Amino acid sequence: MNDNKLLEVKNLKKYFNLRSGFLSQRFSGSVKAIDGISFFINKGETFGLVGESGCGKSTTARVILRLTNPTEGEVIYNNINIFKISSREMFKVRREIQIIFQDPYASLSPRMTVGDIIGEPYEIHSIGNRQERTKKVKNLLKVVGLNPEHINRYPHEFSGGQRQRIGIARALALTPKIILCDEPVSALDVSVQAQILNLMSSLQKEFDLTYLFIAHDLSVVKHVSDRVGVMYLGKIVEIAKSEDLYEKPLHPYTMGLLSAVPIPDPQLERQRKRIILQGDVPSPLNPPSGCRFHPRCPNAQEICSIEEPQLKNYSEDAGEHLAACFFAGKPI
Amino acid sequence: MHGWIQESGLKKKKLMFEKEKESIGITGEIAEDSYLEKKYSRSSLYKDALKRLRRNKLAMLGLAIVIALILIALFAPLLAPYDPIARIKADSSLAPSSVHLFGTDLLGRDIFSRVIYGSRISIEVGIIAVGISVIIGLFLGALSGYFGNIPDTVIMRIADIFFAFPYILGAIAIMTVLGPGVINIFIAIGILGWASFARIFRSSILTIKNKEYIEAARALGASNYRIITKHIFPNAFAPIIVYATMNIGTAIIVEAALSFLGLGVQPPTAAWGKMLAESLDYIDIAPWMMVFPGLAIVITVLGFVLLGDGLRDAFDPKLR
Amino acid sequence: MDSSGNNKILEVNNLKTYFYTDGGIVKAVDGVSFDLKVMETLGIVGETGSGKSVTALSILRLIPQPPGKIVEGEIIFDGKNILDMDKKELQDFRGNKISMIFQDPMTSLNPVFTIGNQLMEAILAHKKITKKECREESYRLLELVGIPDIKRRFESYPHEFSGGMRQRVMIAMAIANSPSILIADEPTTALDVTIQAQILELMDELKEKTKSSIIIITHDLGVVAKYADRVMVMYAGRPVEFSQVDNIFYNPLHPYTIGLMKSIARLDHGKNEKLKPIEGTPPSLIDLPEGCVFRVRCEYAEDECKSQYPPLSEIEPGHFVSCFRAKEFLSGSLVRNK
Ligand SMILES: Nc1ncnc2c1ncn2[C@@H]1O[C@H](COP(=O)(O)OP(=O)(O)OP(=O)(O)O)[C@@H](O)[C@H]1O
Ligand SMILES: Nc1ncnc2c1ncn2[C@@H]1O[C@H](COP(=O)(O)OP(=O)(O)OP(=O)(O)O)[C@@H](O)[C@H]1O
Ligand SMILES: [Mg+2]
Ligand SMILES: [Mg+2]
Repeated sequence: MNDNKLLEVKNLKKYFNLRSGFLSQRFSGSVKAIDGISFFINKGETFGLVGESGCGKSTTARVILRLTNPTEGEVIYNNINIFKISSREMFKVRREIQIIFQDPYASLSPRMTVGDIIGEPYEIHSIGNRQERTKKVKNLLKVVGLNPEHINRYPHEFSGGQRQRIGIARALALTPKIILCDEPVSALDVSVQAQILNLMSSLQKEFDLTYLFIAHDLSVVKHVSDRVGVMYLGKIVEIAKSEDLYEKPLHPYTMGLLSAVPIPDPQLERQRKRIILQGDVPSPLNPPSGCRFHPRCPNAQEICSIEEPQLKNYSEDAGEHLAACFFAGKPI
Repeated sequence: MHGWIQESGLKKKKLMFEKEKESIGITGEIAEDSYLEKKYSRSSLYKDALKRLRRNKLAMLGLAIVIALILIALFAPLLAPYDPIARIKADSSLAPSSVHLFGTDLLGRDIFSRVIYGSRISIEVGIIAVGISVIIGLFLGALSGYFGNIPDTVIMRIADIFFAFPYILGAIAIMTVLGPGVINIFIAIGILGWASFARIFRSSILTIKNKEYIEAARALGASNYRIITKHIFPNAFAPIIVYATMNIGTAIIVEAALSFLGLGVQPPTAAWGKMLAESLDYIDIAPWMMVFPGLAIVITVLGFVLLGDGLRDAFDPKLR
Repeated sequence: MDSSGNNKILEVNNLKTYFYTDGGIVKAVDGVSFDLKVMETLGIVGETGSGKSVTALSILRLIPQPPGKIVEGEIIFDGKNILDMDKKELQDFRGNKISMIFQDPMTSLNPVFTIGNQLMEAILAHKKITKKECREESYRLLELVGIPDIKRRFESYPHEFSGGMRQRVMIAMAIANSPSILIADEPTTALDVTIQAQILELMDELKEKTKSSIIIITHDLGVVAKYADRVMVMYAGRPVEFSQVDNIFYNPLHPYTIGLMKSIARLDHGKNEKLKPIEGTPPSLIDLPEGCVFRVRCEYAEDECKSQYPPLSEIEPGHFVSCFRAKEFLSGSLVRNK
């Protein structure tokens, strides 16, 4: 298609094998955390990935970073399959792919100063000497809106929003091309969320960044994303341009998800008819047969429990609007 | 499996709880410094712990005992009025008096001086033997916790075997094989103690290993060595310090027991356990021979246990 | 229902709850006043640390003491000041007249007892009925909150339930004695979006069925818009605005509320709409600034704001604001910045 792709994920699978037993470590089943997902991210865009807890969003990010090995599939970054390269080559690639985490409390080592935390990437990659590093770190602190004089403070001396800025500064240190953001604002207060989102979007422009933006908050994802993928139980059920997805969702799960989010507008809410999806998210240990969504789907027919629908393009124009549903577009 | 789902839910909940307890937001420009200064008084885990420790009277007593003991051991030659091994025939089996504060033993050695010198062995054994345990324990615990899988299974099963063995029996067995002597005591006690440290360290690592800051370091390309030494060690150290302090007390008792049984320090070196053993036959006629070294052991062990207990509370106030 | 009626079920007047800590006195709640009507849903919103939970806990007299203390105020329920109740009255009152659902359904349930066990205990705390009647009552409650396969679930332990189901059980326990008020402190924050919607709908339905009132504490302005009749906005331990939900959203008169409305990402807004965060930092509750607590972050602050705290006053009927310039916003002589 286009050569603008910076990152492409092809049929990626990650199963966690559960073992039980004392010495024997018998195999006792596997959690299909992600089960054959494919998507791509263009240079300079923000790709949103939404879904409920446990659907495999974080696992996707971790596999892309090769923090854990995939069960199957490929991740192509800049025409390199990152699972095929040696760890030495991967070390170089790591400069270009960075991550920001959800939990501003857990993502910074409590025993390191801010200077050490943000300076660590330089140390690991042997960039500059001590003085140069300090200068760079101070500069980064300024970039993310923190006081460079706080370089010797410890993370607990900062608020959540400020810690998230520290995490962003660390991710920026090596001037990456793409940043995987795993729920970067979920733990923050609304007014602080706005500050971080604004910072991220100005950094994107300034440093020409590409984002994979993972979140469970659809409003936030809509606010930042150019294209969005919706995940359910380890599968991507719909991918489309942001406007298309929010205006004309095709998959019943996307519809349910959108409908479940109350809009901060009382009059609109009074008129709006909501569809509340019933039931709980099933266990990824033994997902439902056929379409994984069928037990909760108001549109489900017999075929849905037998056969698994594949992603198909339903776009009315030249674009791409993929959905994996036999009755895509049918209102729920 | 189910546990996992719950855990991720929990994580989120915890987050929401702790999150932004004191939120400070800033946009673009820089937050007021004076404000920050007021709100977040500079402190860290260790400083906070020290503060709590200071407030704990029993722990401070323990600390005082430990410090006094170390000073006594260091300055033994200055403090002891007599040579601890010089025999003064004429003075044999004297009761405590102003000349011999704690009396003398059968051979006419000054018990006060011997108790003072005896502290050296106890402290040495306590620190060196526990040091050996800590080093072995940290190394194996790190292997086990960080790499998991086969190293973990093997190391933990070996640790189980060590646990199944009564400490003193194990020490006796090793000493019988190695033969008596101070160095061998270090080795025996050191080898026996590692298992607990390995376990404690392993479990700290397991909790820390999945913290996001470790993932962040790995994503930056940090090596295993760097991750273990820079990120895991500093954060997993508090429980080790606590347990090591308490363990010093245990090591001192074991050393005393070994010396008592004649497996440890050899005469004429002054060691509390040995002194107890020598006093055994004369309890009726010269009880001071037993009382003072006995008290020395009890007070020393108490000191370390109180301090260790206090440290534990100081590091984790929620535990109380 | 109009605002004049005598159907107030709860009235809180000038409530102050302080925590006496090593660092100083934390004025967690510092002069909160509001009322709650029969069958009304009141939303309490505000930044983290603004005193929402402490307000709720104060109503139930659940403030840990020390370090906490309710230092001033009245909480009138059914003509009686809760702050004057003795231990026995309180016991009878908690869970019976007013009950609370917490954010964390994990820690609120005891992991070593079955769901049924805990539910029955909640019922028996206030009702003198036989075991058998109690069991039947429990089944009815579990059915009411939408737990499937009740007989089996009755014998399950909390860890066998998903987060959403646990919160349903918590709700069942909370409504077991048909309380007149249900206080829900962020009841869905820990849950998934689709489950959140289920739980909130359930609470709303139950409110209709039992003709009770709800106080819902949340960060989510969408939830407030959807479910609340009236809203209290809190900032640094004080109510800054209190009114009908529409006023709060369409005609906010306090600069903090105005800022809040502009800082949220909305599902019905596009990508390019810039968020406008509230600049600056909330004050430390230990040494609050002189005058208006929001002053330092306020775009509209004047000299007057420095010297004294603006009282919560009724700017238009049913619309309480604590800002000296609220009247100007109302009349339009002061325009809200874009
Ligand atoms: N190391 C692991 N071992 C076993 N199962 C795991 C492991 N890591 C993740 N899982 C499981 O894989 C599934 C996907 O987890 P993941 O963390 O990717 O979800 P998520 O979409 O990020 O959820 P959340 O919104 O809660 O962050 C979950 O069911 C989880 O329990
Ligand atoms: N036990 C306590 N000791 C000392 N301070 C406390 C205690 N409990 C609460 N506080 C303080 O009271 C203030 C108000 O806390 P509260 O829990 O009511 O906030 P909240 O509005 O519910 O926030 P959140 O949205 O995070 O739940 C906070 O500054 C908090 O630190
Ligand atoms: Mg996740
Ligand atoms: Mg709260």
